[in-house]
Amino acid sequence: MSMIEFKNVEKYYGNFHALKNVNLTIDEGETVVLIGPSGSGKSTLIRTVNGLEEIEEGQLLVNGFDLHDPKTDMNRIRKNVGMVFQHFNLYDNKTTLENVMLAPRLVLKRDEAENKKLAMELLEKVGLADKAANMPSELSGGQKQRAAIARSLAMQPKALLFDEPTSALDPEMVGDVLDVMRDIAKDSSMTMLVVTHEMSFAKAVADRVIFMAEGEILEDSTTKEFFEKPKEVRAQKFLSQVEHH
Amino acid sequence: MALLQNNFPTFLQGFGYTLLSSIIALIGSMILGTGFAIMQIVPQKWAQVIGNVYVQVFRNIPLLIITFFFFLVVSKYVKMSGFTSGTVALMLYTSAFIAETVRAGILAVDGGQMEGARANGLSFGQAMQYIILPQAFRIALPSLGNQFINLVKNSSILAFVGGLDLMYQGNMVAANTFDTFSTYIIVAIFYLILTLPLSYYIQHLERKLKRAL
Ligand SMILES: Nc1ncnc2c1ncn2[C@@H]1O[C@H](COP(=O)(O)OP(=O)(O)O)[C@@H](O)[C@H]1O
Ligand SMILES: [Mg+2]
Repeated sequence: MSMIEFKNVEKYYGNFHALKNVNLTIDEGETVVLIGPSGSGKSTLIRTVNGLEEIEEGQLLVNGFDLHDPKTDMNRIRKNVGMVFQHFNLYDNKTTLENVMLAPRLVLKRDEAENKKLAMELLEKVGLADKAANMPSELSGGQKQRAAIARSLAMQPKALLFDEPTSALDPEMVGDVLDVMRDIAKDSSMTMLVVTHEMSFAKAVADRVIFMAEGEILEDSTTKEFFEKPKEVRAQKFLSQVEHH
Repeated sequence: MALLQNNFPTFLQGFGYTLLSSIIALIGSMILGTGFAIMQIVPQKWAQVIGNVYVQVFRNIPLLIITFFFFLVVSKYVKMSGFTSGTVALMLYTSAFIAETVRAGILAVDGGQMEGARANGLSFGQAMQYIILPQAFRIALPSLGNQFINLVKNSSILAFVGGLDLMYQGNMVAANTFDTFSTYIIVAIFYLILTLPLSYYIQHLERKLKRAL
């Protein structure tokens, strides 16, 4: 079954054509990595999936609901689709534990004792159990990102979106975050769409790789095909650039 | 001192009305001010316009004129005392300044906070209530503190409409005793009894909240 489906999607920022005739289907449980040069529309594409950006034309089906239909309740989509940002966006006025517990309490009305138990389990899983009582300002970048991942997981979403989750981190922190993501990808029912420049992660974890440039999807291949021989010349060039630094 | 002793119940009554008016106006203006601040930042154009017009109107008219408007005009249609007219006027006037302060606070909160909250499943209202406003109030606290202190002092307009407040009672005592100087010294001290603790409390809150983040 498809979890995310773009059909002839067009997106504009004023006169600027940010997404050009995007067609893309991601099945339930798939892990897809989205790559492309800076400014190619990766963030824009991923942000349309949970309605942080609206589309102007076409159809975008997420979990069976059409996001372009004004009757679709966006909050219901977001319950099922989590997002992890480059700059974490943790709640600065809440402890790590409260960051994880807040949305399940308010949105899912999860029982308080159960909520806390689940939150602590998740913090344990991402290696932050000892930081539960700390404020985000007291965490390192890598810890913040793992807390943000735990916060998303607490909603028990069907799909997770990652927008360059390791790009703002010091190199020595990247590994821990990727390990957590690798762990999530093992869950066969979780759909993941990941924007990243970490090619080793893509090779190891992705089922498919999408290559974008200037608002268009230029290539959509299995991971093996893509890394053995990208079909697109621009994808080849891009790959040799990111792999050589 | 004799002046204070002889007129103590009068001063105390004035103090009580000033305190009551200030508390009502403070709570009311915080609620109204926050509401109109939010109206100015939601995507709906009509709400922005209403919020903006409200703020501009009440911010740019002297408080005394708003007070007379309620005391002389509105009271013809809705029965209200001088105390009520003055307190309502004070509340509306102050709420315009609080709206501006809170709006600036909201805009100073990093945009990622709202995005993180929405992506996490919170509604706009929940994100405002639990994430954005607490941070906005913290940012706005020093300037909110100024508004609160101004509010207490501005409550002296009640005296113009027979509002029974500290200033009003002071005027009475001064007129009866002819000891204008001592009377207004005492009135000033009573105002300080309200404003100084408020000042210190806000400073204390600022320090506490700074540590919490
Ligand atoms: N809010 C916005 N308003 C106007 N232009 C935008 C906005 N967000 C992104 N863009 C433009 O859209 C293009 C794609 O941006 P983005 O999706 O962030 O690319 P990427 O994530 O691949 O670097 C860029 O040219 C960028 O300048
Ligand atoms: Mg981007």
